[in-house]
Amino acid sequence: MKVGILAYQGSFEEHALQTKLAIDKLHLNADVVPVKKPSELNVVDGIILPGGESTTIGIMAQKLGVLDTLKDKISSGLPVLGTCAGAIMLAKEVSDAKVGKKSQPLIGLMDTTIIRNYYGRQRESFETTLDFSTIGGSTAKVVFIRAPAITKTWGKAKELLSLGDNKVMVQEDNMLATTFHPELSSTTIVHEYFLSIIKK
Amino acid sequence: MRLYELTFNEIEEFFYKLSEFRDIIKDEGLLTFVPELERSVSGTKEGTARVKHAFPIFQKGGVVMDVTNVNQAQIAEDAGATAVMVLDKLPYDVRKSGGVARMADPKIIEDVMNSITIPVMAKVRIGHYYEAKILESLGVDMIDESEVLTPADEEHHINKWEFKVPFVNGARNLGEALRRINEGASMIRTKGEPGTGNVSEAIKHMKIMNSEIRNLLGMEEEDRVKKAREYQVPYQLVELVTKLQRLPIVNFAAGGIATPADAALMMWLGSDGIFVGSGIFKSQDPSERAKAVVLATANWEYPEIVLEAQKMITEEKSMMGIDIKTLKPEELLQVRGV
Repeated sequence: MKVGILAYQGSFEEHALQTKLAIDKLHLNADVVPVKKPSELNVVDGIILPGGESTTIGIMAQKLGVLDTLKDKISSGLPVLGTCAGAIMLAKEVSDAKVGKKSQPLIGLMDTTIIRNYYGRQRESFETTLDFSTIGGSTAKVVFIRAPAITKTWGKAKELLSLGDNKVMVQEDNMLATTFHPELSSTTIVHEYFLSIIKK
Repeated sequence: MRLYELTFNEIEEFFYKLSEFRDIIKDEGLLTFVPELERSVSGTKEGTARVKHAFPIFQKGGVVMDVTNVNQAQIAEDAGATAVMVLDKLPYDVRKSGGVARMADPKIIEDVMNSITIPVMAKVRIGHYYEAKILESLGVDMIDESEVLTPADEEHHINKWEFKVPFVNGARNLGEALRRINEGASMIRTKGEPGTGNVSEAIKHMKIMNSEIRNLLGMEEEDRVKKAREYQVPYQLVELVTKLQRLPIVNFAAGGIATPADAALMMWLGSDGIFVGSGIFKSQDPSERAKAVVLATANWEYPEIVLEAQKMITEEKSMMGIDIKTLKPEELLQVRGV
């Protein structure tokens, strides 16, 4: 099994380390590989879209011809975990809390509405404790950094975790999105859960 | 893609332990300021060390561009910059105009904040607590305590643990970097010589930093204790760097980067990302050059992509540049704030 990480920009190294820990914990025979070119996408059984700047990651994926391949593969069932910027890339409807709608290259396959920078700027970024019992974990501390919020889901997208009025972890078949950063958390449960989707 | 020994969470646990050891360290006679860290036991908390150290991670592999107005900020965002740094004058112009260089006009910073979706950073003078307080009130995403501006305090840096907004600081070697981290910096900029379009000083300082980190590994423990005293930082911080074989926070390269090749070279030397200042907006092809530098930074491991990036620009339109050797010692900006 090979888990790819879209590695242009953002928390790709942190995701790689966290995925490795989850693989060890589950005693899986699996590798973590960086993905930057379309050909590198052909060998992976799942892909992680890390946190970072969604505009940068989108522009880069488009420029190198990864975006369209990625879109095709995900719509035909490739498991994907999108965190923060990654969750933005997956959503069908995206706008910014302050600036409103802006055009940016996206994947746009998930039945979700997401609002960028929902909680405010970095000054309003925060840490909090989430209860992961719905996916088989316990409580753990996570950070929300200039985080977006998933304000609406429809169709087959279902909420796995929420914080206040907003959904912070949503799954739609092979697609998993979080608005927090499991790669910076003390728990590997989100990565374990994602690995279990790949295994299916 | 690099893999490290410790996860972000483990590194953060270390910082919290460091604050618990504060009294013990003081008793050992190390003259260091160790933070009172805000720790959220339960519930939700803003501005913790964890939250401030996390922000720069989302800049990794990216390019932060110096801008002086909304128009330039828009060019930077469209090119794929991960953040902009607002200043009153680009370093090249600071150099030319002379006088006292201060933080940018809050009105311009605010206009930039309202026009783009990527993070907005701004510079304050070294030690200028109140310029920083103003920028925090304004809500900038990160504050750069920068030697490009005229230092306000010749002796001290700002105590950055007191702020909810994260700080980035410059450093030319491991000692400077660790002192800034100990003062609460969330990100390091390895200093070059800003406004020159000459990358040589950035290379020199990145190599010094790398070799000082590598050397720690071969040392006896007692020599690392000595190093900690020399650097004026807690021994535990030196131990953490030894274990990680890198700085415990994000480190970008800055100062003199003018081409995609310059950017890729700094990434190859181990930078987590790039700051570009005069190199973009003092060239004659800022928009294309900005795109090219972003492409080369994110794909530095692939020379063929860096080549493609280099072909997007032309050397004829690069900024003129200044040979460091022609600068008088008093004209160097990098030596400010050690």
